[in-house]
Amino acid sequence: MKLLRASDSSLLVQFGDVVAPEFHERVLALFRSLLTERDARIRNLHPAYASLLIDFDPLHMTHDELSERVRRLSDMKPRANDVTERLVTIQVCYDAEFGLDLADVAAYHSISIEEVVRLHTSVTYLVYFLGFSPGFAYLGGLAEKLQTPRLATPRTSVPAGSVGIAGNQTGVYPLDSPGGWRIIGRTPLTMFDKSATPPSRLQTGDRVQFTAVPRSSFDEMVQSAQQKEK
Amino acid sequence: MIRVKDPGFLTTVQDRGRYGFSHLGISPAGAADALSFRLANLLVGNDENAPAIEMTLFGATMEFDEPAVIAVTGAECSIATDGTQASCARALSIASGSVLRFGRMMNGARAYLAFQGGLDVPLVMGSASTHLAAGFGGFEGRALRKGDVLRIGNRNGLRPRALPPNKLPSLDFTSPVTLRVTRGVQQDWFGSDVFATFFSTEFSVTDQSGRTGLRLRGERIVPKNSSQLLTDGIPLGAVQIPEDANPIILFVDQQTTGGYPKIANVIAADMQRVGQLRPRDRLRFSEVSVEEAVQLLRTQELWLKEIFEGE
Repeated sequence: MKLLRASDSSLLVQFGDVVAPEFHERVLALFRSLLTERDARIRNLHPAYASLLIDFDPLHMTHDELSERVRRLSDMKPRANDVTERLVTIQVCYDAEFGLDLADVAAYHSISIEEVVRLHTSVTYLVYFLGFSPGFAYLGGLAEKLQTPRLATPRTSVPAGSVGIAGNQTGVYPLDSPGGWRIIGRTPLTMFDKSATPPSRLQTGDRVQFTAVPRSSFDEMVQSAQQKEK
Repeated sequence: MIRVKDPGFLTTVQDRGRYGFSHLGISPAGAADALSFRLANLLVGNDENAPAIEMTLFGATMEFDEPAVIAVTGAECSIATDGTQASCARALSIASGSVLRFGRMMNGARAYLAFQGGLDVPLVMGSASTHLAAGFGGFEGRALRKGDVLRIGNRNGLRPRALPPNKLPSLDFTSPVTLRVTRGVQQDWFGSDVFATFFSTEFSVTDQSGRTGLRLRGERIVPKNSSQLLTDGIPLGAVQIPEDANPIILFVDQQTTGGYPKIANVIAADMQRVGQLRPRDRLRFSEVSVEEAVQLLRTQELWLKEIFEGE
């Protein structure tokens, strides 16, 4: 574990420099401990693949003080039943209308579109962290046969709910935003709702399962979500 | 009520920011020049975090349907109330029916308009700040438009405060600005020759700059190797070096995580200067230690605390 002064108001805790479950488990354990402690001097936590950035109020806390606390918390063995792992199911319609790059992804790997969908829905993914934009979760565990480079030119607008892949990652765009990931489908679920607690459907450390739904179910789910809003 | 007759270039409702949600990908947003923002609130007698208005480069025109007490701080800009020029950095009484017209910012990029009683907007995740990219917070999650109607909060018992003449803030945003930085997390990625270039170059702020970040142009800053950085968290004010070797200062509406190496980080006490940089302004970086940076922040806080003493 390396402790680095990232700025006058933040400390970066580095557990490693590659994507590996053992590093992420330590990120998650420290992140959850600090979240539970609710120290008002800690303003923000940024978990990532193998590190945790801690933003704090330098008028009321020093790097040394925070480093000491981080060491103490990291020494503690996380108990297995401290946290119940959440499994979140996300329904996705993989119709060509939504899966803008589905055919390209299939062609890139010389497999059928059905095989792309089968591979994408046959794995349980891990939420490594949220970043890029509100509610955007970086999911790890994509099948090797689906790993596809980003678009050479990102789209200026990707509709909310779009499910994309980039390299060995997959994720869902929670809001309309620009994006360079290859879009293979769309979920009818609201991924980010500013009035909900918490506002994001996915949380760091969650497990995620995608399931394919037909267009008719997609429409029904969108309608019932809209009625709920009213 | 206040009616927006002309929103100006980019006018939003802000407070000091929305903290505690970075792990959901939500950057704090908030006033780009927090010091001027806080000062405006203190002048009208508000809590320093009361929702107020941030105007960018070109100010707004507003019509008041009720009497109000306001203060304007930050960038120098002309303010006309029904044709008469009004002055900055003190509380002003506005009569019902008045039209307040803000002009072009002459020195600095952003002016702050605080109302005694604050603006009455719903808090989203505990904050009134507008998050432009995600479309929430502030006034309907967006920049103000012509025809919008703002409500002023309760101002019972609030009294304006006056700055002693010798305590007028010296808000000198004249280019070139020096931004003080500490070394960044990936400092090992850059050789001593690159650091020498970084600290001796006068960079200019490009047009592709705003609340998410400021893109700079000057000497190219090239890392020692071309290896890929594993994505990590980005502190406010990080100076990151993307593939084109032109530095970007990450700002209040920034991405919370990223994969570019960070050579340096603007100190907290200088973040308000970043908020006053305009496209084509010139700047230099100078290095301080983390200890010095914290001391500079303490001095700044003390200045704000003591400024009204002896009024």
